[in-house]
Amino acid sequence: MSAQSDGMSGGAASELYKNVACPFCGLLCDDIEIERTGSTLKVVKNGCPRSTAGFQRDLPAAAPMVDGKEVSLEVAIAAAAARIKAANLPLYGGMATDVDGARAVLSLADRSCGVVDHALSEGQYRNIKVVQTSGWIMSTLTETRNRADVIVIVGSDVHKLHGRFFDRIVCPPKSMFDTGGKKRTVIFIGENLDTSAATGPRVGEVITLSCHNTRLTELLGVISARVRGFELKATRTAEPKRGLLSSLLPQSWIASAPNEEIVGLKLSAIDAVVEKIKAASYGVMVWSPAGLSFPQADLAVHLISEIVKELNVTTRAAGLSLGGNEGSASAASVATWQTGFPLRVSYANGKPEFDSYRYSIGRMLAENEGDLLLWLSSFTTDLGPPSARIPTVVLGTPGLRLAQQPAVFIPVGTPGVDHAGIMIRCDNVVSLPMKNLGRSQLPRAADVLAAIEQAL
Amino acid sequence: MLIKLTGGKVYDPANKVAGEVRDIYVSDGRVIAPAPGARVDQEYDVKGRVVMAGAIDPHTHIGGGKVTIARMLLPEDHAKDEVAHTELTRAGTGHACPSTLITGYRYAEMGYTACFEPAMLPANARQAHMEMGDTPIVDKGAFAMLGSDDFLLRLMAEKKDFSLIKDYIAWTMHASQAIAVKVVNPGGISAFKFNQRKLDLDEKHAYYGVTPRDIILTLGRGLLELGVTHPLHIHGCNLGIPGNVETTLATIRAAEGLPLHLTHIQFHSYGVGGDRHFDSGAARIAELLKQNPNISIDVGQVLFGATCTASGDSMRQYNGAKNADPKRWVIMDIECDAGCGVVPFRYRDKSYVHALMWAIGLETFLLCEDPWRIFLTTDHPNGAPFYTYPHLIRLLMDRSFRKDMMQKVDPEALKNSTLPSLDREYSLYEVAIMTRAGPAKSLGLKDRGHLGPGACGDITVYVDDADREAMFAKPKLVFKNGELVVRDGQVVKVVNGATHVARPQYDKAIEKPLKDYFDSYHTMSMENFRLSDEEIIEGGRGEIIVQPTKARVS
Repeated sequence: MSAQSDGMSGGAASELYKNVACPFCGLLCDDIEIERTGSTLKVVKNGCPRSTAGFQRDLPAAAPMVDGKEVSLEVAIAAAAARIKAANLPLYGGMATDVDGARAVLSLADRSCGVVDHALSEGQYRNIKVVQTSGWIMSTLTETRNRADVIVIVGSDVHKLHGRFFDRIVCPPKSMFDTGGKKRTVIFIGENLDTSAATGPRVGEVITLSCHNTRLTELLGVISARVRGFELKATRTAEPKRGLLSSLLPQSWIASAPNEEIVGLKLSAIDAVVEKIKAASYGVMVWSPAGLSFPQADLAVHLISEIVKELNVTTRAAGLSLGGNEGSASAASVATWQTGFPLRVSYANGKPEFDSYRYSIGRMLAENEGDLLLWLSSFTTDLGPPSARIPTVVLGTPGLRLAQQPAVFIPVGTPGVDHAGIMIRCDNVVSLPMKNLGRSQLPRAADVLAAIEQAL
Repeated sequence: MLIKLTGGKVYDPANKVAGEVRDIYVSDGRVIAPAPGARVDQEYDVKGRVVMAGAIDPHTHIGGGKVTIARMLLPEDHAKDEVAHTELTRAGTGHACPSTLITGYRYAEMGYTACFEPAMLPANARQAHMEMGDTPIVDKGAFAMLGSDDFLLRLMAEKKDFSLIKDYIAWTMHASQAIAVKVVNPGGISAFKFNQRKLDLDEKHAYYGVTPRDIILTLGRGLLELGVTHPLHIHGCNLGIPGNVETTLATIRAAEGLPLHLTHIQFHSYGVGGDRHFDSGAARIAELLKQNPNISIDVGQVLFGATCTASGDSMRQYNGAKNADPKRWVIMDIECDAGCGVVPFRYRDKSYVHALMWAIGLETFLLCEDPWRIFLTTDHPNGAPFYTYPHLIRLLMDRSFRKDMMQKVDPEALKNSTLPSLDREYSLYEVAIMTRAGPAKSLGLKDRGHLGPGACGDITVYVDDADREAMFAKPKLVFKNGELVVRDGQVVKVVNGATHVARPQYDKAIEKPLKDYFDSYHTMSMENFRLSDEEIIEGGRGEIIVQPTKARVS
């Protein structure tokens, strides 16, 4: 294991890689073609802005550091191990890595009685809380691509977050069940969502229900009620004394008369959307957890799931959550199969304990819990460690944004670029082999972590 | 190194050894017949102990997306069974859907040395193998799920050449690294995506026009002609529906001699008799099985308590979701490949329906005379978690214990089953068939499940305790590949088991229509769909063992 960020081959001969899976967003598109010349990569086919930026980024020189001084990899590993050994409660955050990286973090955390969490857990927990309270009915990328006749994009700017979702899933050139040339209806619900990609021969009607994100949950509540056939014209007849339930209803519902607006929208416009999704043979409600960044957004995901469940009483419908960036789907899945819990697990007592609030590393850092942060971030330079008052050990991609000087810094490779690996896609079904494109000889985070564990 | 297990009572049905006192020798991981006078390096005195090959579970949901959904769904279920790490073992959690590491340790601690995941979706195969790769000690293998995948249904609807279908079956087994093929609610998972809520044996799929009968016969015949040892593993139509015994009987008759394996048959053995229009069909099934030696079964025994059901049968699981306890459940439509449904459930001994399910399972065991064609399963975790096996074995081996347990369940249920009239007690020899020799033979594991020379050194030594539950819960010694891994029911060494696969022949020309299909409709390339050997074995996760297949017919 060496920590060089030089390319695999010194020469200028170029090599073409096909069927490359892209690690830079949770869709893991695997039809990308990349040409490597020395240590320079060029996306020659099927890139999106995010993947092109990820693959083509200039990799700065980087070396292992201890207290700001360049050291050998072995010295850095020994220093990291010493820090972990001395810590009472090490926090293992970031976890932006592949399956093997996540396995290695869990093994080290288990051994050192630490806490594990992913940098993007906050978003993922908008979904996980729903799974753990009411469950849901979900679809996957291929199923949606071939089957959906109505696609509802909820509250997330999917085109910005996942640049090829529309090309590959909503508007593919061909799908399996498009007999009779029936076109897809695409409905956007949310604030300033980019609808420009919902175009092409596959797309029929495009409808937008414009709604500020802070009122999205309310709007979903209205849609849920209308899907169930509830009257909403009501009214002040709902007496305050009738019980807890009516007091919980948002004021706007009660105030609305039949033709008035609800959540700033005409009820008739909402009903038109409701009719579309009820009439669909296979409607899919799509969101990206990262897009739902408002307080208690899990309630929005819950309502999406309840709408889908209600639709399934008579027709077929499903949810589809995107997200899964920065290896978050891989980390959550590996943690779930190895511990029974989807991250936010503490091994402090030797056994895995799960608490989605207590073991949020973001919260723990803010409240001065834990005495060492090991941060792993191997994909993008933006996902640096949060500023912390405790010492940090950082395993990062070269160029990683650092708020403070880490006690130990070890440059690591990016899965699917600098080394091979496996990652799990946003739908938590498909996992993809990630190729070694030979950009550098940076070590795998999994190997560095195993060496640290060995040195404990 | 030569190891000798001296003086145990050996139960090795594959070699017709029934409790005779024999010495077993193991060298380099294999059972051997040593040269006379060979020097023994290590001797284990097992006089008075019962010696069997390591047990094999041919149907247990231990890896893959739906198991991990089930794990995620019920944190409170894990919280009551958290397991701390030790010097040797990793931490994890148990109960209904244990974490992978605890699954491996606990199976080994119960004397099991191989476990087979029966419902691996090809689209999810990589993850299933990763989870099995994180399941220590035991050998693993998986059955690829086919029958609701659009590629097969298109081939069948277009009446494509049968050899092409066989190529596709074989290609899928290679690509997903499977040892066998399972069909779940044949065509029904796909039909549910088209909003069909029921698909009986001869009912047509609304879009493709094929019937479950067509699918079963196509896959069953395909596997036979491909030379795959394990016959088509069938989770039939109409799971859980009163009256489904008729479907099951019709499925057995439909085989017309074709070898088939009907899995968790308990869930498919319900009649409509009795005051509550729900009674046992086990006796009728057992009777028909006698006349159809081509059919093997496993039971899917229900045992009382909380568990979580996890199945590829999205159609039937959606229907069952109304009974979820606690009230949360997940249904998925997956990749034009399959689906899944995860529904937590609590079986109650005072419930008429649940007590009858319990009784039907036991009846099935006790009425089926040929232990070579019935395997001991709870369809973990669907009928009960796998740790209940020792209890189940005692129910089968100990008539008075069984009668005591019958006192605890709803008495009305027993009136609608033949269980109270059954006095049979399983022998140790029969248990050894049902949990070792039978599954090994059925799955085509040539050197597993027996103790003859050349067998793998997977050996379990039990204390011959009259309390068979205590005996099977805590083996005295367990060896994996000749290494001692468990002593007194505790892991003493952690190793990685192998992954068993079967690789029937196919014509590579199948990749042309497959590639077109992937390129036109899928969201991953055919090349990446295929799982390489390196992905399974990397990181020292154990070897791949290719089990033999017979020569392909046409």
